Amino acid sequence: MQWEVVIGLEVHAQLSTASKIFSGASTEFGSAPNAHACAVDVALPGVLPVLNRGAVECAIRFGLAVGGKVSQRSVFARKNYFYPDLPKGYQISQFDLPVVQGGQIVILVDGVEKTVRLTRAHLEEDAGKSLHEDFHGMTGIDLNRAGTPLLEIVSEPDMGSAQEAVAYAKELHSLVRYLGICDGNMQEGSFRCDANVSVRRPGEPLGTRREIKNLNSFRFLQQAIEYEIQWQIETIEDGGKIQQATVLFDSEKGETRMMRSKEEAHDYRYFPDPDLLPLVIDEKWIGEVATTLPELPHAKRSRYVSSFGLSAYDAGVLTASKELAAYFEEVVSIHPEPKICANWVMGEINGWLNKAGIEIADCPISSRSLAGLLVRIGDGTISGKIAKEVFEAMWNGEGEADSIIEKKGLKQISDSGALEAIVDEIIAANPSQVADYRAGRDKLFSFFVGQAMKATKGQANPVELTEILKKKLAG
Amino acid sequence: MSLSLNDVKRIASLSRIAIDDAEAQVVLSKLSGIFGLIEEMQAVDTAGIEPMSHAQEVSLRLRDDVVTEEDRHEEFQKGAPQVEAGLYLVPKVIE
Repeated sequence: MQWEVVIGLEVHAQLSTASKIFSGASTEFGSAPNAHACAVDVALPGVLPVLNRGAVECAIRFGLAVGGKVSQRSVFARKNYFYPDLPKGYQISQFDLPVVQGGQIVILVDGVEKTVRLTRAHLEEDAGKSLHEDFHGMTGIDLNRAGTPLLEIVSEPDMGSAQEAVAYAKELHSLVRYLGICDGNMQEGSFRCDANVSVRRPGEPLGTRREIKNLNSFRFLQQAIEYEIQWQIETIEDGGKIQQATVLFDSEKGETRMMRSKEEAHDYRYFPDPDLLPLVIDEKWIGEVATTLPELPHAKRSRYVSSFGLSAYDAGVLTASKELAAYFEEVVSIHPEPKICANWVMGEINGWLNKAGIEIADCPISSRSLAGLLVRIGDGTISGKIAKEVFEAMWNGEGEADSIIEKKGLKQISDSGALEAIVDEIIAANPSQVADYRAGRDKLFSFFVGQAMKATKGQANPVELTEILKKKLAG
Repeated sequence: MSLSLNDVKRIASLSRIAIDDAEAQVVLSKLSGIFGLIEEMQAVDTAGIEPMSHAQEVSLRLRDDVVTEEDRHEEFQKGAPQVEAGLYLVPKVIE
């Protein structure tokens, strides 16, 4: 039986402001409990919220980047519910007049571009944190996070698989980091996803959806959606019905489980917050912000394909983060061989970074140093194989490519006289192989290359060597 | 619109206010009075008038993104019934 999957995502991106959305307390992560919870954040009587211009600017940047409409007038609303990490008894959010409406994100899945439409993006405040362990049966409340600005980005239900949902989340993650509006740190909860999932038979109306809450890694997003799809299909095929519900993903068991049903769903009783006037954003402000937008991932990707001649896949890998793209472009600016630079950045650099578990910003080899190494491959000083040895030495802090090549005597032997002498010796030492080769066993050619490389410790210029071997073996 | 006793109890529960049946009856008649007022207002023709989200036609003043607050948790926590290691302690809540 064919099933069609329908997925929509809600992403909460913590905005990279210095202070909170409605108070002058710091948004710093990891401080002592409640050190950054001021009178507004702990909701002492009589305090009033004052909106942070920086948070609004982040929202404008986002709206412009996704081609959405930045509302000239938007309204803050109270979302009412009781939980101890929400001291006011309501969260200030936006309801029917959000700051950004519409827009779209283009994703790349299996080499095919697909557009995911955005419904809206709105500003709101984060809640505090509840610590449930170790307080002799009590719950500890840390309000440092309370009031941290969030941009909630809501997509249309345009994704048809877990893979597409992950591609969308990654694209969005990359975008907010390019824009500098969110640090994207998923472990610290700076970028959290909720997924609305339903299934239906093709052509039928939308099925009942279940919402998976608080997925804080791309892997969990993928696993949770895949499990949920399977669960829904099996439930329906077994004659059951899907009930609208909110579920949590248990990453240890790899399954979703019910948090609350539709009947228990909150009644948030949204209404305009009388403490806050309408937010007015004029054309001039939007125009000013527009001039500060960087080149965005999608545009960068197209440029890498059109002007560097890279594949869409390579362009996607290199532009995944602004920092990696900048590194790559610096290498290319010194060694204008985009394909070779791309291979080294994606292969060696990315591989070693992953192994070391560090980011490109902490890469021990600067873009300039890597370019220096690639230049030496380009001019024939070393072979690609030797270059990997030099790379490793550079990674371990042994210096620049040139000094390592010099110190270790890794220079490629391109002197045809020297190579000819070595080839002569090999031919003399292996008469039977020479005879076989001359009798038509072409495959033996690689044997001679191997012998020559062994004799030169891999330093023979491969092009030169091949030429000499061919000439001499021909007899 | 007429309000039922169940509506009153639901609103009370959403607001975390404990009321008994007798109180609910009193609240019902008071709330019904307010709904009466709303009904009267709804007789006014508002066609073509854009709803306002605030009573005054002014817009929000914004604050620069600067940290202006210091750590005053000890002072704030003097009013809390129970604190430990800088945390406010509350009865256990796990949803």
